[in-house]
Amino acid sequence: MADKLTPTPGQTVGPFFSLGLDRPEWADMTRHNPCGERIVIEGRVLDGNGVPVSDALIELWQANSEGRYDHLHDEQGDKKIDPNFHGYGRVATDPHGEFRIKTIKPGPVPGRGNALQAPHINVAFFARGLLRQLHTRIYFSDEAANASDPLLSSIENGAVRRTLIARKGEGGAYRFDFILQGQGETAFLDI
Amino acid sequence: MAHPPSYARHRDGGQPPYLYPDYGSTVKRAPTRPLIHFEHTLSEITGPSFGTGWAGPASTDLTKQHKGDPLGERIIVTGHILDEDGRPIPDTLVELWQCNAAGRYHHPVDQHDAPLDPNFTGAGQAVTDNEGRYRFVTIKPGAYPWRNSPNAWRPAHLHFGVFGGGFVTRLITQMYFPGDPLLQYDPIYQSTADVNARERLIAAYDPNLSEPEWALGYEFDMVLRGRDATPFEVQ
Repeated sequence: MADKLTPTPGQTVGPFFSLGLDRPEWADMTRHNPCGERIVIEGRVLDGNGVPVSDALIELWQANSEGRYDHLHDEQGDKKIDPNFHGYGRVATDPHGEFRIKTIKPGPVPGRGNALQAPHINVAFFARGLLRQLHTRIYFSDEAANASDPLLSSIENGAVRRTLIARKGEGGAYRFDFILQGQGETAFLDI
Repeated sequence: MAHPPSYARHRDGGQPPYLYPDYGSTVKRAPTRPLIHFEHTLSEITGPSFGTGWAGPASTDLTKQHKGDPLGERIIVTGHILDEDGRPIPDTLVELWQCNAAGRYHHPVDQHDAPLDPNFTGAGQAVTDNEGRYRFVTIKPGAYPWRNSPNAWRPAHLHFGVFGGGFVTRLITQMYFPGDPLLQYDPIYQSTADVNARERLIAAYDPNLSEPEWALGYEFDMVLRGRDATPFEVQ
């Protein structure tokens, strides 16, 4: 096999990324009227001092309401592509470190082997002070399938596991905070 | 069900660490808990594609976005998006943002005492062609001061965002210019331990890409994670 090329290192997104990356319309993943249950996910981002992070960028990638990704490597023949749902979203935090995204609840997707993964949204997280992105997932508190989800089940510490689960609050929106350090620190994934 | 293979993991030193105290902002933002290792599933190996124009029209000439010409040294920046095995990645979105020739971003947070240029915004986007190639025309950005340490200056750089084939290949990085004396003092550039990886961040001047009487040409390839050599296990 030929020598592999060396991958390009990540570099921080910096404080001025909104110049090139801010697309407010991408925070509404329902804008083309996809199938599925409309949901809102909101929360805030805090640093190790508990200070709101006003320059974070959150990117989301998820399956459609049937649990199929809009991607050529998703070959689940029994589930349909939704032409009105691409599955990718993006939102930046506001001056208070808060964000809000509108999307649809994803369906369950296959895991490795015969495992089934509970509905979840994949997250890439960028900010000034992060030299490369962090990855995590957003699960939903009202999904019974969480109990048998391979990733959630692999996390023995219940407090850590719960940081990955968005909770439905008053008003119906899901709440998911990104705590970068300290008590309640969000579980980030090495993928 | 057959799965395509997962993506290769990064090698030690080939990416910057999260905690790098020379870059002060990492200290209160880097995770303190070990990351949770997780084998790739369909969720990681799939990702957004952009070949359909989903992200909107291309905007590849940053010198033609206003009535007049921006000030500064006109440059052409072009290259391939590849994976580790040298395979080109077509139809992927490349986003670019940068400061102007004086070192000032068109952004309300930037208060550097340098002039804005009414003819320069500093943002563009392209989708790679069938050979994984992109091309932008812009102006060379200036260096600018930042408050990481006394008298710290960022080397001139372009910010790039690229997607690739799966969500795990997502890359946001910075391109630097060859021979910049600020690179040796810049903790963001220096944070990647492996020198071969770090030097991937420096574009190559290429006289063959320069256009006579018009613009200087730079080549900048971006290499994303490739497929793992070991096949994805199906139990």
